[in-house]
Amino acid sequence: MDQDRRSFLGHAGKLLVLTASAAVAWEHVLEGRPEEAPNYRVSDHWWGMAIDIDKCIGCGTCVRACKKENDVPLEPFTFRTWVERYVVDPEDIDHPQVDSVNGGYQGFYDRELLDPRLKMFYVPKLCNQCAHSPCVQVCPVGATFESPDGVVLVDTSYCLGCRYCVQACPYGCRFIDPRTSTVDKCSLCYHRITRGLTTACCETCPTGARVLADLKDPKDPIHAFLREHRVQVLKPQMATGSKTYYNGLDGSVR
Amino acid sequence: MKRAPGDYVHLVKMAGLFAVGVLAFVIVRWVMVPADFGVYGHYRAGALKDNMTRPLVYAGQASCVGCHPDVAEVRAKGRHAHVACESCHGALGTHAGNPDGIKPARPDRRTTCIICHTASIAKPKSFPQVVPSEHAPDGTCADCHPVHNPKLS
Repeated sequence: MDQDRRSFLGHAGKLLVLTASAAVAWEHVLEGRPEEAPNYRVSDHWWGMAIDIDKCIGCGTCVRACKKENDVPLEPFTFRTWVERYVVDPEDIDHPQVDSVNGGYQGFYDRELLDPRLKMFYVPKLCNQCAHSPCVQVCPVGATFESPDGVVLVDTSYCLGCRYCVQACPYGCRFIDPRTSTVDKCSLCYHRITRGLTTACCETCPTGARVLADLKDPKDPIHAFLREHRVQVLKPQMATGSKTYYNGLDGSVR
Repeated sequence: MKRAPGDYVHLVKMAGLFAVGVLAFVIVRWVMVPADFGVYGHYRAGALKDNMTRPLVYAGQASCVGCHPDVAEVRAKGRHAHVACESCHGALGTHAGNPDGIKPARPDRRTTCIICHTASIAKPKSFPQVVPSEHAPDGTCADCHPVHNPKLS
């Protein structure tokens, strides 16, 4: 037997205390690589995001992080996530002035407001991870889909580049990658969240304005957040089942 | 009355053509559609794995704190406690994978700060903000504010 008494007791102890899958994962945790623990189960998660508009300072760190993490081309200015700046006359919310200079990639520099009645705020945008996505419904080949854990993903090896989904998305969250001529969009950093990390945008957001949420995890702070705040999704009238919840969303936001 | 073969041979030919067409469709479909298509829904199940296995660029806070507990401790006491290391230092995945070989560039000690702290009415009032050209026209922010715990001491 190639096992000495000490290591046998160690293994036996782990098996007694932990379940089999946790024992396998524990090796990776001990080695400082919890993200490689092979116990991710799609049926245990239901991903979404909470965005607190009152906390967004328009620094664009999320936009820069997203481009780097997901290898999104810098130019032409296409984005998986971007930040919009709204300038609104509070008495005329039907006509907001919206700009998003390079998607907020360089942050926003001060804009002089001549009229003191106007208000200004930032709105981070990304794929809303709809539970009933219009983009998925129109894909003719099954190259985009809602994963069992609630993320709308793209199968780039299957995409024809027909652009139906780009037109179907009511939030303008999809674009054609000029290098591959296939569609690209926010994947909610699927390669990160399935390894136990948060998304690149949530990781780097300095004010905590955006937070990844696992709606199936009873311990996730999202439940308290949704209970304690008056939240809204974008374009609720379209019944997309959006899972990106905005706190402090102004009525002028489209 | 007995029919002559010439009366229905065209139907047999059509049925033969139809059978060949169906067979061709079944074969082409079998070749073209991946075996794992439709396991979970109208998509290739392997696409989940493809999306999962992309490389990490940002290492994540836990990786930083593991090797730099001293900086993490300073930071945890100050107002930057909830700002992740990679917010200012940029993506550190390659550095985390090869800590001695790849050293990240030091963030600029002025532009890194003012991208967040430039005053704007769009920012929440409680957020510390200055007009950089008035507050410190020439200096670097870090001369007065220790970056990991920026309170003036």
